[in-house]
Amino acid sequence: MSYIHAENLVKQYGTADAAVMAVGGMSFRIKMGEFVAVMGESGSGKSTLLSMMGALNTPTSGEYSVDGLEVYELGQDQRADFRREFLGFVFQSFHLVPYLTLLENVMLPLATVKMSSKKKRALAEDALLRVGLNGKSHRLPGQTSGGEQERVAIARAIVNEPPLLFADEPSGNLDTKTTREVMDLLKNLNEEGMTIVMVTHSPECASYARRMLRISDGLLVEDVPLNGSKGGIQALVC
Amino acid sequence: MTLKDIALRNIRRRKAKAGFVLAGLLIAVSTAVALLGLIEAMNRDIQQKLEEYGANILILPKTENLSLTYGGLSLGGVSFEMQEIRQADLGRVKSIKNAANVAAMGPTVLGAVEVSDRKVLLAGVDFQAVKILKPWWKVGGTVPGDYDVLLGAEAARILNLSTGDHLKINGSNLQVSGILAPTGSQDDQLVFTRLKRAQSLLDKEGRVSMVEVAALCTACPIEAMVSQISRALPGTKVMAIQQVVQGRMETLSHFRKFSYGVSMVLVLVGSLVVLVTMMGSVRERTGEIGIFRAMGFRRSHVIKIVLLEAGILAAMAGILGYLVGFGSMKLALPFFTGSNGMAVVFDPVLAVAALGVALFMGLASSIYPALMAARIDPTDALRAL
Repeated sequence: MSYIHAENLVKQYGTADAAVMAVGGMSFRIKMGEFVAVMGESGSGKSTLLSMMGALNTPTSGEYSVDGLEVYELGQDQRADFRREFLGFVFQSFHLVPYLTLLENVMLPLATVKMSSKKKRALAEDALLRVGLNGKSHRLPGQTSGGEQERVAIARAIVNEPPLLFADEPSGNLDTKTTREVMDLLKNLNEEGMTIVMVTHSPECASYARRMLRISDGLLVEDVPLNGSKGGIQALVC
Repeated sequence: MTLKDIALRNIRRRKAKAGFVLAGLLIAVSTAVALLGLIEAMNRDIQQKLEEYGANILILPKTENLSLTYGGLSLGGVSFEMQEIRQADLGRVKSIKNAANVAAMGPTVLGAVEVSDRKVLLAGVDFQAVKILKPWWKVGGTVPGDYDVLLGAEAARILNLSTGDHLKINGSNLQVSGILAPTGSQDDQLVFTRLKRAQSLLDKEGRVSMVEVAALCTACPIEAMVSQISRALPGTKVMAIQQVVQGRMETLSHFRKFSYGVSMVLVLVGSLVVLVTMMGSVRERTGEIGIFRAMGFRRSHVIKIVLLEAGILAAMAGILGYLVGFGSMKLALPFFTGSNGMAVVFDPVLAVAALGVALFMGLASSIYPALMAARIDPTDALRAL
């Protein structure tokens, strides 16, 4: 049984002659617990697809459901609730709030949740521990390295234990060593049961996934299983 | 971490913008507090002076004659018979409903006499009552005894008399016990003596020409007292001396309108400052708001963050504005009332109103920026980062 179901998803920007087809009708299914890499060249529609899957960008047409829930039939507030309860986002440039400490950044998704401050703090500290960042929680993002900021972004995405994690180019601003550490982290989360959809340019990153969707010009051109280890990398780099 | 924490952290982070909003609100609130507080203090000052200074009700004999004076100019040689009030009747004033509000009652008998071949007006007064009715009187010398007179400054000059000199009125030899410092009123031209002596000299025993009454009327309506005295003394004409009071009240009313106008303009300018600054702040935070929305913040949560920021700053501006306005009012009051001893009292209504106005200004001006923030498309916001 599929957990995520996309049926003929279309996203068009502009109208008539100025119309740009970012996503031109994609259909796919993702099972619970899968680790899917979405690959493609720049401008192929990867990020648009991810924003539609993240209930942030209403498709021009098509159907999209998560766990049987028709996401774009929900109202604005219900969609926000859906994002809070179902999704964790890891952005390419971390997008940490600069005036909040690392711990406070991780606590952000809990800001609208009715829960004691003590419990929120405990959950955030636990998330930081899971990404290996205990002890630096009171630093500001500007006082930490890119790798640490990426870990904080992951901690923030998982603090409310969402079943789904969407990562947009998580290795985009990291060196090779840190990229490996971050990818190991995502792999561990996937092994713990979290469904992960990751947009990436990097074949090395994609090799951590169990499945790869290749996109070109807004269309799904390839849907192949990977073995979830670096075994698949050679097939991708060509 | 709550929405309030996010709002507080953002205020701390954007100190310059927060300071600008605070200053805009603070200037408006403190100026309004200072102006409105001044008006209230001046109002109290007038009331106090009304109680302190002089008669505010005049009792005259009822007459069918028309006045033969105009603009202080009396038609010489033309006179008509003067009517009087029976002194014994004045006791009835003590029985009116608002008798307790009568601070002093000063019967006066008037009559023309000749001194050194000049006609002067002799006034017989109760000097005890005069102390309350005319506290501005400054007597050079002493208050007259039974056979003494007090001369108005102008009368002393024209009659060429000074303290200790003697004069004859209707055959009685009287001594000048004192001279009144110039008052700028008709009193300067009169010769004063005790009521009984004047009644005897003018052959008007038991009769008075007019009565001045000082009524403490902070709470009681003066018109009510006028009608009560009229009923008690049917043969008299009772009038409230209101011109001076009305003049001052009108000036105060103009100042009040001006103050409301200035306050309104400042409130509008302050609100515009808040609006523009908050809109700038929201624009700067587009990406951040996109992150919030991506993490599951509802539009209402974003609105709440913006309004919380505005509310916190507005509350601070309200409290500080009241304190600054209160201090300014204290400093400015002596220039307006001419008295240093005027107590400036804490006005809880004004304090609550200052806080309320500041909150209203801050929140009302931030509604549009808050809605603008809530309308930010998270996809566009994140793409812009």
